[in-house]
Formats: sequence, structure tokens, C-alpha cells
Amino acid sequence: MIMLETENLSKNFLLHLQGGVRIDVLRGVDFSVQAGECVALTGPSGAGKTTLLRSLYGNYRAGGGAIRVRHEGAMVDIVTASPRLVVEVRDRTLGYVSQFLRVVPRVSALDIVADAARGVSTQQAHEMAAALLARLNIPARLHGLPPATFSGGEQQRINLARGFIGSHPILLLDEPTASLDNANRDIVIEMILEAKAAGKAVVGIFHDTFVRDAVANRIFNVLPLQDAA
Amino acid sequence: MNGYNFAYLDEQTKRMIRRSLLKAVAIPGHQIPFGSREMPLPYGWGTGGIQVTAAVLGADDTLKVIDQGADDTTNAVSIRRFFARTAGVATTTHTAEATIIQTRHRIPEEPLREDQIIVYQVPQPEPLSKLEPSRAETKRMHGLSEYGLMHVKLYEDITRYGHVSISYDYPVMVNGRYLMAPSPIPAFDNPKMDMMPALQLFGAGREKRLYAVPPYTKVASLDFDDHPFRTTRAPQVCGLCGSGVSYLDEVVTDDKGGRLFVCSDTDYCETRRAEGHAGTELAA
Amino acid sequence: MNDDTLLSARGLNLRFGAVTALDQVDCDLWPGEVLAIVGESGSGKTTLLNVLSGRMAPQSGVVWYRDPNGHLVDVHAMPAPALRALHRSDWGFVHQNPRDNLRMGVTAGGNVGERLMAQGSRHYGNIRAEAIAWLEQVEIDADRVDHLPRTFSGGMLQRLQIARTLVTHPRLVFMDEPTGGLDVSVQARLLDLIRSLVRRLGIAVVLVTHDLAVARLLAHRVMVMQRGVVVESGLTDQVLDDPQHPYTQLLVSSVLSA
Repeated sequence: MIMLETENLSKNFLLHLQGGVRIDVLRGVDFSVQAGECVALTGPSGAGKTTLLRSLYGNYRAGGGAIRVRHEGAMVDIVTASPRLVVEVRDRTLGYVSQFLRVVPRVSALDIVADAARGVSTQQAHEMAAALLARLNIPARLHGLPPATFSGGEQQRINLARGFIGSHPILLLDEPTASLDNANRDIVIEMILEAKAAGKAVVGIFHDTFVRDAVANRIFNVLPLQDAA
Repeated sequence: MNGYNFAYLDEQTKRMIRRSLLKAVAIPGHQIPFGSREMPLPYGWGTGGIQVTAAVLGADDTLKVIDQGADDTTNAVSIRRFFARTAGVATTTHTAEATIIQTRHRIPEEPLREDQIIVYQVPQPEPLSKLEPSRAETKRMHGLSEYGLMHVKLYEDITRYGHVSISYDYPVMVNGRYLMAPSPIPAFDNPKMDMMPALQLFGAGREKRLYAVPPYTKVASLDFDDHPFRTTRAPQVCGLCGSGVSYLDEVVTDDKGGRLFVCSDTDYCETRRAEGHAGTELAA
Repeated sequence: MNDDTLLSARGLNLRFGAVTALDQVDCDLWPGEVLAIVGESGSGKTTLLNVLSGRMAPQSGVVWYRDPNGHLVDVHAMPAPALRALHRSDWGFVHQNPRDNLRMGVTAGGNVGERLMAQGSRHYGNIRAEAIAWLEQVEIDADRVDHLPRTFSGGMLQRLQIARTLVTHPRLVFMDEPTGGLDVSVQARLLDLIRSLVRRLGIAVVLVTHDLAVARLLAHRVMVMQRGVVVESGLTDQVLDDPQHPYTQLLVSSVLSA
């Protein structure tokens, strides 16, 4: 069952402040991912992997084409959907783990993760969050602290916990293991495999070929466009 | 008295005041502006009350004037004499004999009747004046019956003192609609206003406002369900007539700390004494 | 206007002399949604807030509100008593300066309880209990309930204003720079509080801010205004991360990344 597909997707940036320079990043992208499948986006640096991933999430506004997401049984086109519908799709269907943690300062790690849980009581959310953080080897003494002062690897694991706690049917992962040591990397691999086994669709950028080989069913190669024509 | 119209004011002015009074009676508790005249006594001495009395006084009326419940204080005496001279009406100190009673700071202890009118002298007709300085805003609040702010004041009192600390001019709701200042009568007198058979008229000379409570109108003192309005009086009995229910004044009798509690309503006290009641002070 | 829209504005225009404050502004808000209006000073964002909330009349255009009974009301055609009643029950307004809204001579409890009393609550004990519960919701110690606001810090005053506003469980709250004028660390705590209250209580918010970081953390959607015109609107992160309009690109590039 196709969970997410793009059709003739394009994306360009028009930089008004740089004299209207137009940068074409994606053109004619046709891509899909099935339930229970993990697709790894590959390609040279600057080819537009992150741009594609962000477009899928609606973080970037697609220039043309369609991005269809299976949301509550029906296909929703992220490109044309109202912002309100996109918020709903993100809330219930589409999870995203970015490379960087961007949160309200002074909020504890546990609250940040629990906040992303869906459809459970506050107490359940906190229990789930604590369990996830523990699994990701964040010591309990850090749970109550705001993550601003955490190391890069710790912040990334907070981010991962936040992405996984919602148990979204589709997960978009941007370099989820970039700053992790091998032990934590293996835990993340385990979590991704579990998500696949649970029928979730995963799209990810994995710089680390070891991780990519461990989790990806398929590779989707994003090629750089020739210089803007 | 030669050279003056009946009851001092000219007929046009009395007509203007009566028109405002009719309006006031029609909208119980609502303040009506009126063209307050200069009177031959200063503001604060009852200019509003005198104008209202002058406007409703007829040749066959009997007038009683009290100040703090007493018929014999300077202000009461001079206003009574003023109307005796300018209108030639009969005057009395007996509540039961009066058809019009002008008052400052009290309602007589003896219940008033349908054939009587009580005229209150009012210094500040706006009950919200201390809470909201803008006249325009209080007008709007009355218009929309937005009186939450008054309850905030009561809330603050209970929070600070454990009870509402307003002891006189205690705000009332008239006919369930308008918040009204009852003039600086003691809160003790508030219940007398409720469903009173007599017509109640209020005049504020300096502030140029009139208002009224028609006979048999509901007048409720503001309160909270769990802090109901309660009247208070000194726990003593009157030293002269022995009354245990009337509102008492405390009188210092010597420079050695001697004090005496007596009825503030002099007519009530005298009537009781004439009937044979006696307090400790007279018995001694 | 859709069946479930809470607030909807169409074709709002307002000029102050030669200055265009609003130029054909449309806007929709759904229940539980946070909409940020961003732009520089003078862009018309505060004017829009005032027009949406009925505090200021547009020269043309209409603002619809769906009242709790599901009826559509034209905010600017409402009789004054109805609009005032709406403002003290189903709506709330959080000002940048809490002193503009609070009664500084009245205790914290009285400030929070006022809207309840205005709605007819007449039980001192209940009003006080409710006030204490709300103080705790906004992280003010219950034992401050009898203190005067003048003994409160800036952040506490703002939280007190929020408690005073939310006590009647409004469905729609207008906020004008709610974190402006506060220290950065105090801002963060307040932002988190607003975010969690709004989320938990399902309140819809129209938020005016010049601070894009505030918009990012609180708002689902954002409208970018320039000289009275909405130049761009959409999902908050999309507008901020992939701005399309030259003015939005300028705004986004002018701030330190948040």
C-alpha cells in the first residue's frame, strides 16, 4: 500500500534579496514509499535530499507537481492542501525528525518529548517519554533539564524520541544518526526496524552507509540538476 | 413671605424638577440630570434635597426635616424654618404626622406609609464613583448593567477584613436593574428601603442628579451568597428609652471617658419615652 | 465562511489619512488554532487585531464570528452590550502591558475573579477557589492570591493577566505582543506557558508579534503584513523557512536564527 508518493515534483528558490536569482533544486521527481518500507534518499551533497524531505513534510513549498500522503485512509496532496489540513496531517500521519532540535527554551527534555505524544493522557505521555529517553540512553537525571545545554548527540536523541513517540504512520528522518556513537546508532537502527515491522513507511537521509544498509529496502537517488537553464 | 414664590423656587424651575422626578420614578434607581439651582445655602448642606422638597411640596403638606435622625440639629431646624417661611406649610417633628420627610443620613425608625414621601439629601449619586473615575464609563456600565466592578470592591473587603467594610452609603440594586447609592444612610437602614410603601426621592444638588424609588420596589443590598448582607448596630440599648432595636448614636458625656448610647432618631426616642419606656440613664 | 470557522474577515479596509492601515485583508481562524500576524511596526498588524476584535471599525469589510450557539454574528454590527458581553466571556484580550488590563489596586484574586463576578458569580468562596486554581495554572503561588499586583514582577504580571483573561474559558483570545517588554528568560517561560495552556484548553488565538521566534513557537499559521497588505500567509514553518515574498525574505533574513 502506497503511503506517500510524489508526481512530477519540482522545487526552486527565488532569492529576491540576491537580485531575484532563481535556484532550481528539484525537477520531475516521481517517488513513492509503501507501508512497512524504508526508502533512503541518496545523492551527492547539495543534490537536494534535504530539500526533497522538507518538501514532503510541507516545510518547503513545492514549486509544482503533487505530494500525496495517505491520511486517515484518503490521499491528501500536501502541495495544495490548506495549511490547516497540513497541520492535521502532521499531527496524525506525518512525523519528522530534523537534524536540529528547535524547542521552547527552559522546557525539560521529558516535557518536550511527552508533548509530542498523541492520543494519550499526560501521565501516559510522560511514562512513554521516560521509557523512550531511557532506551536512547539519556540518563534519568537529564530528563528534567532543558536540552539547550545538552551535547549534540543528546539533543539528537531527544529529537528522535520526539519523532518516534507520536507513532506516526509515515516517518521522515533527516540524518537521524549523524552525531551518535555506535551503541546509540544501533538502538536507532532497531527502532527504525521496529517501525517498519509495525507497518510504518520511513523515508530517510542516512549519511552513514552502515545505517542505510541496515534499514533501507530501497535507494532513491536524488541527482543534482544541471546549472539553472 | 413677600417677594418670594411659594416654596422659594419659581414655578418653571419646580416644573422642570417635577419632570425629572417623573422620569426618575419611571426608571427606578436611574440617575436623571436636572438643572440644579443656586440655593440660599452652600452645597453639601442639602441643596438637592431642598429643591426636590420645594418641587413636591403643597400648601396642605406637613413637613419634617431630620439630620442624622435628629429634628433639632442646626441643618434640620434651618431647612424646616426655611419652608415654614417660604411656603407657610405646617411642620412637625413627629414621623407619623409628616407627609413629606426630608432627611440627611437616616431613615426614621417608624415604618413609613403610602401617603408619605421621603426626600434624601445626596452628596454623591454615583455608586461607582470611587471605583471608576470616568463619568462616561460609569454611564456605560449603568446602561449595560455591568456591575462586576462593584462586586470586586466587596470581594476585596471580604478578603481584607473578613466582611464588607462599607458601613454607610452601602450600594443597592433597585428593581433588579440599576445600582444605586442610597445616600450616606447607615447600612442599618438599607432594609427599610426594600418594598417601602412611601415614595423615595433623592436629590444631589452639586452633582445635579435626581433619582427615585417608587413605592413597593425591590431594593437589595449587594452581597455574596456565602457572605450575605447583614446590618449591624451597637450592642447596647438606648440609655433614654431602652430600645434594643433602634440605631444608636454614641454620645461622650464627660471628659472622664463617660459615654452614653442613645437613639439617633430623636422622635422615635421621645415617642417611646412618652409611652412610658425608660432606659438606664433615666431610671437612675 | 466554512461551517466550522470561528472567525472570518473579508475585505477589511482602513485608512488613517494618507496611511493605509488595512488593504483588502481577508483572514480565517478555526477553533483551537493559533494565528500569528507578523510585520514591522506600522505594518498594520495591531490595527488588524483591533478590527478583528471589534475594538476598531473598518471603513469597509466584515468580520464574522461564530458564537457558542453556532450562530454567525457580524462583529461590527453587534449592539455594544453584546460585544462587551462577548469580550468579557467568550473572548479575551491579552495586552502587551499587563498594567493596561489589570487593576493595580485590587488583589490578584480580585483581578482574576472580576470576569466571574461580571458574569454573575455571587459566591465569594467559589470565586476565590477558582482564582487560586487559575493562579496555579499560570504558576503563581496560591499564597499570592491576596497580594496586590504592584508587588509582582513583570513576568508575574503578564501571567496574572493571562489568568484573569482565561478564567471564563474563552474560546478566542487576542494577544498583542504578549512577551514584549520582558526579559529573555522570562519570555521563554511565558511562551511555554501560553503554548501549553492554549493547547490544553483548545483556545483559538490571534497573536500579534514582531518576533518571528515567538510566532514559530506558538503559531500554527502566520500572516505577514506590510503597509496594511497581507503579503504572505501559510504554515508557520513554511513561511519562515521557505519565504516566497521579498518582504518576508527580508524579515526572515534580518533576524538571528531562532
